[in-house]
Amino acid sequence: MKRTVPLIITFLTGTFLVMSFFVPHAPFGELEQRLLVWYAIVAGFTMLLGVDSLIRAHARKVARVREGWGFSLALLAGLVATVIVGVIGRVQFGSPFHIQSPFMFIYTYTIVPLQATMFALLAFFIASASYRAFRARNWVATLLLVSAVIVMLGRIPIGAAISQFFPVAQEWIMDVPQLAAKRGIQIGAALGAVSMSLRIILGIERSYLS
Amino acid sequence: MGSLGMIIGTWLAGFLTLAILSFLYKDNPFYKLAEHLYVGVSAGYWLIYVAFFDVEPMLVTPFMEETGVEKWILIVPAALGIIMLSRWFPKTAWLSRWPIAFTVGVGAGLGITANLQGYVVPQVQATLLPMTGFNLVSLNNLILVVGVVTTILYFYFSKAHKGVLGVTAKIGIVFIMVSFGASFGYTLMARISLLIGRLYFILTDLLRVID
Repeated sequence: MKRTVPLIITFLTGTFLVMSFFVPHAPFGELEQRLLVWYAIVAGFTMLLGVDSLIRAHARKVARVREGWGFSLALLAGLVATVIVGVIGRVQFGSPFHIQSPFMFIYTYTIVPLQATMFALLAFFIASASYRAFRARNWVATLLLVSAVIVMLGRIPIGAAISQFFPVAQEWIMDVPQLAAKRGIQIGAALGAVSMSLRIILGIERSYLS
Repeated sequence: MGSLGMIIGTWLAGFLTLAILSFLYKDNPFYKLAEHLYVGVSAGYWLIYVAFFDVEPMLVTPFMEETGVEKWILIVPAALGIIMLSRWFPKTAWLSRWPIAFTVGVGAGLGITANLQGYVVPQVQATLLPMTGFNLVSLNNLILVVGVVTTILYFYFSKAHKGVLGVTAKIGIVFIMVSFGASFGYTLMARISLLIGRLYFILTDLLRVID
């Protein structure tokens, strides 16, 4: 019951979706769409689990006045305020995503700058990591270094100012060798995903039940 | 949003931007505050996003408006969603495997068709390029085909990389390293572009040093 029923559910839903792809007749197409909508609904509920886990972890920290409890309080306050403001936006404007909704104020003035700055900060860490990793110790590392430098210089005006070689070489690297390796990796990864999906449908791979 | 709201918003965004950038000096309370706020506000944002774009239009609204089978069939995904929450109670936590099995099954089913249709076939199709004679286009096409084949062969580990396979794997590593280097350069430039955007915001909107 605890393991057999989930295995049957996985087998039936997986097999049905594969069949519906190859059988272009009613009722397969319609049922496939219905399953996808159900999938989105069930996946939506998982969000509650994630948020619950986050709230529990930080509420415990606040309740026990552990080190950094003030930051946890800020996290909880931010979460609750965003949800409340979202509900207000839904009631007041019909959608929390209405341009005049206070929810969009939070999005524009907190999430956007925080996200952009977090990713911008990574530029420094990527650069410092690359300084250590990019030392041309052997010829393959040299290839990595040279292609990275050409792409970086080719994408900024100073590269073209130094030499027209950089933008042209950058374009060639992106369109030919970079594309070739990326395509090879994508084909390999897709075939791996197909085989893993087959293992899951056939019940060989069961780690999701643990 | 009124002008006062814009002023408050700009100062808030400026404070948060500087708080995050302060990590470049060292880990400090301002960074930690901004970091925690980011997590909390993002979680709240995605909760509202899922509720508004997912659960409401796909479950709540159809359940209110539809009639007959179309209405009552929605009890199935709703029940699966609610069963998912059984993880909150240790005694019934095993029940959550049912909705998980459903999502895994759908994911696996889509994993086969979407990967074959969306990646394998189109990528192989795009690699079957013509050789139109001794010119630059043909040379590039040849390099592309050789790159794709040797990259795939590099990741073939069922046989030792010796002999012909060893040579092709070595050619493959050339393409892989050039590709990783190019991807690195591309990503770094994108991040620097974001950094320029934040600095521009500080200098124009916040400090008004630049008009």
